[in-house]
Amino acid sequence: MGAAPDIRYSDGIASGRLSAEEVAENFGDIHPPLDQHEALVAADRCYFCYDAPCVTACPTEIDIPMFIRQIATGNTLGAAQTIFDQNILGGMCARVCPTETLCEQACVREEAEGKPVLIGQLQRFATDQAMREERQFYSRAEASGKSVGIIGAGPAGLACAHRLAMHGHDVVIYEAKPKPGGLNEYGIAAYKTIDDFAQHEVDYVTAIGGIDIRYDTALGKDVSLDDLRAKHDAVFIGIGLGGVNALSVEGNDLDGVEDAVDFIARLRQADNKSDIAVGRDIVVIGGGMTAVDCAVQAKLLGAENVTIAYRRGQEHMNASQYEQELAATTGVRVRHNLQPKALLGQNDAVTAIELEYTQVADGKLSGTGQTITLEADQVFRAIGQSFEADLSDAGIDMTAGRIATIGAHGQTSAEGIWAGGDCVAGGDDLTVTAVAQGRDAAENIHAALSGVEV
Amino acid sequence: MPDITNTFCGIKSPNPFWLASAPPTDKKYNVVRAFEAGWGGVVWKTLGEDGPPIVNVNGPRYGAIYGADRRLLGLNNIELITDRDLHLNLREIKEVKRDWPDRAMIVSIMVPCEEEAWEAILPLVEETEADGIELNFGCPHGMSERGMGSAVGQVPEYIEMVTRWCKAHTRMPVIVKLTPNITDIRYPARAAKVGGADAVSLINTVSSITSVDLDTFSPEPSIDGKGSHGGFCGPAVKPIALNMVAEIARDAETAGLPISGIGGITTWRDAAEFMALGAGNVQVCTAAMTYGFKIVQEMIAGLEGWMAAKGHASLDDIVGRATPNVTDWQYLNLNYVTKARIDQDACIKCGRCHIACEDTSHQAITNMVDGKRHFEVIDAECVGCNLCVNVCPVEGCIEMVQLPAGDVDERTGKTVQDDYANWTEHPNNPSVVAAE
Repeated sequence: MGAAPDIRYSDGIASGRLSAEEVAENFGDIHPPLDQHEALVAADRCYFCYDAPCVTACPTEIDIPMFIRQIATGNTLGAAQTIFDQNILGGMCARVCPTETLCEQACVREEAEGKPVLIGQLQRFATDQAMREERQFYSRAEASGKSVGIIGAGPAGLACAHRLAMHGHDVVIYEAKPKPGGLNEYGIAAYKTIDDFAQHEVDYVTAIGGIDIRYDTALGKDVSLDDLRAKHDAVFIGIGLGGVNALSVEGNDLDGVEDAVDFIARLRQADNKSDIAVGRDIVVIGGGMTAVDCAVQAKLLGAENVTIAYRRGQEHMNASQYEQELAATTGVRVRHNLQPKALLGQNDAVTAIELEYTQVADGKLSGTGQTITLEADQVFRAIGQSFEADLSDAGIDMTAGRIATIGAHGQTSAEGIWAGGDCVAGGDDLTVTAVAQGRDAAENIHAALSGVEV
Repeated sequence: MPDITNTFCGIKSPNPFWLASAPPTDKKYNVVRAFEAGWGGVVWKTLGEDGPPIVNVNGPRYGAIYGADRRLLGLNNIELITDRDLHLNLREIKEVKRDWPDRAMIVSIMVPCEEEAWEAILPLVEETEADGIELNFGCPHGMSERGMGSAVGQVPEYIEMVTRWCKAHTRMPVIVKLTPNITDIRYPARAAKVGGADAVSLINTVSSITSVDLDTFSPEPSIDGKGSHGGFCGPAVKPIALNMVAEIARDAETAGLPISGIGGITTWRDAAEFMALGAGNVQVCTAAMTYGFKIVQEMIAGLEGWMAAKGHASLDDIVGRATPNVTDWQYLNLNYVTKARIDQDACIKCGRCHIACEDTSHQAITNMVDGKRHFEVIDAECVGCNLCVNVCPVEGCIEMVQLPAGDVDERTGKTVQDDYANWTEHPNNPSVVAAE
């Protein structure tokens, strides 16, 4: 008689492929924080450049050489304030920013030695200390008597709310979900933000006062733009992208086929990650950060074979170089130039995916007609999110499927309505960009409410 | 292979690297380890007069300043002369010299400023068969309060007097160690020579407070909340020491007096620079106290390698070679015109050259050209000051390039001249002597 079958290698979607201890270890902090010594060594490498390229590369324009110099001189809380002055969500950005394509790519030591200063980790070192000590650097200005409604408690909405509260305005945030944070809470791999950091950060940001968050309150369902315009002196929309792009292939409705964002959110909200069931053979369709977050986490839960299938070449992947390497080192196989053709199933459950090779001719992507079939008891769609709200009745112009803004401060075509974050057109779908847009819109709203010509 | 054996005022050693009188040379155990590592000689830590030894503080003796990555740049100490029994030291000196006859054994001495005190100790030291003595006229802390160390070294008449006593009471070569805590190093050096010294060694440590504890407001190193000035040494003092060595080497009154160079010597390059400025050999302490005795192997190999590459056969070929090139400012060639040149391939675009020049100097480096981050020298503004070279983090990225004769200096509009012209002849000099 043989040994009992190992659950790790059982077919179908199952939980408990790894022990709770293994899962806990796999989902530990991906970048353990720098200790004091490591931070000082890292800080010493900064050259305090003039008109530093890292600052230019940061969407929130944090004065990076200054905060690193402050760390180096033992003024860590001062460093935190330098960061928060520009980016009140500097703690989360330190964790999730693709620094290798932003500040650290621009670092002159990247040019000099191929080893940039560890800007992201130093930012985390400083902001962690301030948040651990619950040190608040900002207080509210005298009450303005004005009120601003913000839709969405994600990075853009929170950054906007904090800056408005600072200027003395009362803020009400209307959040569709039962918890604040937006993608920080629901849309980012768990190993990037452990220990409920997103919620701690919201508490830290809202501790300034004057910010009232109303949960389970969705735009278009529980509140309308007209209501909010009537109730508030200004409105900021930061609702992100609620929808996901559809996959129009046969078998899309089979059991075991799911949107990657739902899987990521489920994992983040799970009290016990080892309860989350995953397949043995998984295919993730897509090439962005969401695809990688999904695939890596599936692997960390014990899936045996995880493949990312991306329809274009490696150079077009939206996932950063670092993310692609993370996928590879976790054991995820990334395959390029493969597009989904059909999902195959048995008894209503997916069993395989048929993929067609692609080529680019005259700049146009097309299938070659050749296919391969990969076994798959679970398939995730990670082919992009889309803006789903209809705001045309409110007189808000849209462009490329998202909200069109006028000028650099988030004003929309509708008077008294600003917008920022992933829901506006022309962005790069980064947390740090959402923070910058929320902050800048707040300054513009403040100017408008103060009677300054904007 | 070049010959780096050293003969310094008659004292022979296999290389010119001695350990200075300091904690590393306080006892046999350390000195034997030093000789095993390859050091050419030691100056045994300063002996005091017979009787109960001095006592040291029981709290911190050292303080430090750091560069990036906590590199130790300067060390300060408030340790006194040896706190071990005189006869124990003498016994160990004798044993070590017997076991290591090819290494130089110098004994540092500091006793009260009375002839009897020197007369009493010198025969005891002579009996160890040490190669020479060094008179500690440099220690700036503790002993100076008791009328010894730098209290003697700061008064040329005392230096001359004590040196004369020592020459009268011993056959051993006498090296006088000088304090830098004076205004003009040439005066004590001249006094030593007049007193009959065989050599001088310098510099001893510089009076210093390294830092202040901003919680307790105590100077560092802190002894129960108080601090006292100590002696500063290490890489930070090297430029001060180099200048003082050169001052003595080129002074007509002390010409030919052997100099043992001391002060922040950390690598073979530092040693070679001291010797080029006129030091017959060098003494090292802080580098050994930072990295251990093994560094001497880098020093030996580095010096030999450089000498071989340059065709220098022996130390005589390098000692004093830079001395004639040390001159007074007024004789510097004012027709030597340079401009900074930035190697664009090596430039990492940190912008430090720009901001240093822009904020603090001559506005002679761009930061933006055609909308692009680009650092380039504006010849019409560049005075050739070298600040950009000094602040650039990439070695060799910025160089000072001489304008050839016949070129026009865009800053002054004048054609660069081929001839030598200095301040003494310059029309702006109110004391200029008109050519006849």
